[in-house]
Amino acid sequence: MKRILAVLMVLVLVMGAFAGCGGATEEEETDALTVGFIYVGPASDGGFSEAQDNGRQALEDHFKEKVKTLKVESVAEESQAVKNAAINLMDQGATVIVATSFGFMNPIEELAKEYTDIKFLHFSGNKMNDTNFGNYFGAMEQPRYLSGIIAGMTTKSNKLGYVAAFPYTELIIGINAFTLGAQSVNPDVEVKVIYTQNWHDPAQEKAAAEALLDQGCDVIAQHCDTAGPQIAAETANAFAIGYNMDSSSAAPGAYLTAPVWNHGAYYIEQIQKIMDGTWAPESYYGTMADGYVQLAPMTENVSAEAKAKVEEVQAKIESGEFNVFSAGDKDVLYNDGSVMIPAGTSLDRDAIWGISNPDSAMVTLVKGATGQ
Amino acid sequence: MLKVNKRAELPKDREAIIRVGAILCSIVCAGIVLAVMGFNPIQVFREIILGAFGTQMRIQQTVVKAIPLVVTSLGILVAFKMKFWNIGGEGQIMMGAFGAALVALNLPSTLPMPVMLLCMAIVAIVFGGIWAFIPAYFKAKFNTNETIFTLMMNYIAIKWVTYLQFGPWKDPASQGFPRIATFSDNAVMPKLFGIHIGWIIALALVAIIYVFINHTKKGYEITVVGESLETARYAGMNINSIIITAMLISGGLCGLTGMIQASAIEKTLTANISNNYGFTAIITTWLSRLSAPIILVVCIVFAGLLQGGAYLQIAMQVPASVADMIQGIILFFVLGSEFFLQYKVSFAKSEKTTIKEVA
Repeated sequence: MKRILAVLMVLVLVMGAFAGCGGATEEEETDALTVGFIYVGPASDGGFSEAQDNGRQALEDHFKEKVKTLKVESVAEESQAVKNAAINLMDQGATVIVATSFGFMNPIEELAKEYTDIKFLHFSGNKMNDTNFGNYFGAMEQPRYLSGIIAGMTTKSNKLGYVAAFPYTELIIGINAFTLGAQSVNPDVEVKVIYTQNWHDPAQEKAAAEALLDQGCDVIAQHCDTAGPQIAAETANAFAIGYNMDSSSAAPGAYLTAPVWNHGAYYIEQIQKIMDGTWAPESYYGTMADGYVQLAPMTENVSAEAKAKVEEVQAKIESGEFNVFSAGDKDVLYNDGSVMIPAGTSLDRDAIWGISNPDSAMVTLVKGATGQ
Repeated sequence: MLKVNKRAELPKDREAIIRVGAILCSIVCAGIVLAVMGFNPIQVFREIILGAFGTQMRIQQTVVKAIPLVVTSLGILVAFKMKFWNIGGEGQIMMGAFGAALVALNLPSTLPMPVMLLCMAIVAIVFGGIWAFIPAYFKAKFNTNETIFTLMMNYIAIKWVTYLQFGPWKDPASQGFPRIATFSDNAVMPKLFGIHIGWIIALALVAIIYVFINHTKKGYEITVVGESLETARYAGMNINSIIITAMLISGGLCGLTGMIQASAIEKTLTANISNNYGFTAIITTWLSRLSAPIILVVCIVFAGLLQGGAYLQIAMQVPASVADMIQGIILFFVLGSEFFLQYKVSFAKSEKTTIKEVA
C-alpha cells in the first residue's frame, strides 16, 4: 500500500514539476470584460448552439480586444454539469455568464443568488431577479408563422411533418404558430409532430423525419438542434424548413427557409450596457421588427407566389398590424376542442407564455396539429 | 513466440520501478500526442494541475467530484474484496437517488432538516442495498454470473428513473419540460467550508470501512471468501449469508452516493444522476488495490483529472475530448502496468532452441 502511495506521490511531483516550469509561458493580464457561454450541444452543431456561437463571435468582432469570450460546449441540463461549467468560467475571469438552454435555468438561478457580483443572462427561461439575473428570448412565433405559410403553399399532400424536441410551452407555441400560418393559406393542411425528447441527436432527429415522410408528409419543419430532418427530407425528395440558423448548404435540394435567431445584436446591446454601467436585468423578448428573430432568405425552392405572400404578411407583422395568434370572426380551437383564441381577440406574449397566469401558458396543440 | 508466465512475488524496488515507469510512459506518450495536435504539452499538463488544485475554488470543485467517487469506491471495495464483481454501482446509485427523492418529495417540507436528511439516507441505503441484494441472492442460490447480472440491473434502474422523469414524476410547474420537481430546502445537504457535508460522510466512511474490513469478524470472513471459497467452507462459514451481507453493504454505500448527489448537487432526481460514478469507481477501486485509505488518495487524484480537464477545456479552448484522451492514456499505462506486475513475458522461442542444443 505504501508503494502505491509512493507512486501517486511521484505522479503528483512529476505533474507539479510541469506546473512549475511552464510558469512563464503566457498569462497576459488585460482589463477586457470576460463573457462565458454555456452551450447544450457542440458549438458546431449546425443549428441551435452554432447560432448562439455565431452571436458570441459577433460580440467578439464588435468589441475586439475589449471583450474576451469563453465557451463550454455540450453541457448537460443538470445542476452538476451547469454549475461546474459556470464556476469554471467564473474562475477563469468571466463576469458575465450566458446560459443558452432552458434546462440551465434552475442552477443558474441558484448561482445568481450565490455569486452576486456576476451577471447572468439565461436564454428561453421565465426566471430572473432584480440585481444580476436576466433572461432573453424572442417572438419566434412570428417567423414560424411565416414558415408555415411557405409550407402550406408548398405541400401537395397537405400533410406537414414537424420534428420537435420536447412537448413544452416554447415548442408548442412554435408548432401552433407554424400550423396557423399553414392553415391561413391552406385550410386543409394537417401537421404531424414527433417528439424526440432530446435537443441534440442527429440520428434520432433524422429517424423522426423519416417516420413523418413515410406517413405522407412532404414538408418537414423542425424544432431541434441539427440538420438531420433536412437531410432526411432531401433524401426523400421532399422539402424542409430548418431552424436556428440559415442551413441551406446541409440539404440544398430540400431547404426552403428557416426561422432563425440573431443573437449577436442582443449580446452586443447587453454587453455595451454592462460596460456603460447602465445594465439592469430584464426579460428581453426580441421581435422581427427588432431583427432578433428573422426568416432566413428564402431559396429558389420557394414559389414566387409564396414569397409574395410571406413578404406581405411579414410587413404587417413588423409594423405591428398583425399578431400571429389572433382569431377572426370564429374561435381558434385547440385540438382537444377547447378555445385557444376567442373570436375577435388575440393572445399576447404574457398569455402564451403564462407569465402572469401560469395556467394560460400554451401547452396544447392547435386544431389540425397532432403530436406523438 | 511470446510466452507469458505468472510471476512469483516481485521485489519491491522492481515493482516501484514498473509503476513509476508506467506513469512516466503515459506522460511522455500523452505529451507526444498533444504535440502532434499542436498543443504545448507542458502547458497542457500545467493547466490540468492548476485547474484542479490551483485556487480554493478549484480545490472545492475537485473535492465535490471526489466525494461520490470515494463513497462509491468504498462500496465497490466491499464487493471486490469478496471477488464479487459488482459492476452495478451505476444502478445502485440510481436507485438510492430514487429512494432519497421518494422521501424528499413526499415528506412535508416542514420536517426538520436532520430528520429529513436521515430519512433520505436510510431509504437510499435500503434501496441501493435491495438493488445489490437481487444479484447477490441469485449468485448465492443459483450461482448466476454476477458481472452480467449487476450490469443489466443498471439499465433497469436508469430506464426506471427516465420513465419517472418523462412520465408520472414530471414537474407540472415545468410547463411540459421533462424535469422532476426540486427538493425543498430541508432536503438539501448544508455546506461546511464551502463544500456540502458529503465530504465528512466520505471521510468517516473511509475510516469505518477500513476498520470493518481489517478489524472485524465479518470483514475477515469477506476477505476469506474472496481468497478461497474452499477455505471458507472448511472453516464452517455461511458463505451465502456472507455474500448477501457484503452486497447489501456494497449496494447500500452506492445508494448513499445517489442520495448525496440528489440532495447536495442536483437537488432533485434526474436520469443522469449517477454520472458514470458507478463505472469510474471500479477503476479507482482497482487502482487502490482494495485499500480504503488509498481509495481516498486515488479518488482525489482522479477527481483532479476530471476537474483539471474541465478547466483545460475553458482555459485553452480545446475540445473536451483532449482531456478525456489524456486521462485515457494515463489509465492505459497505469492499468497496463498491473499486467506486468503479475505476469512475466519472455521470448519462448529462444528458450526452446537453447534447450535443444543442450540436448
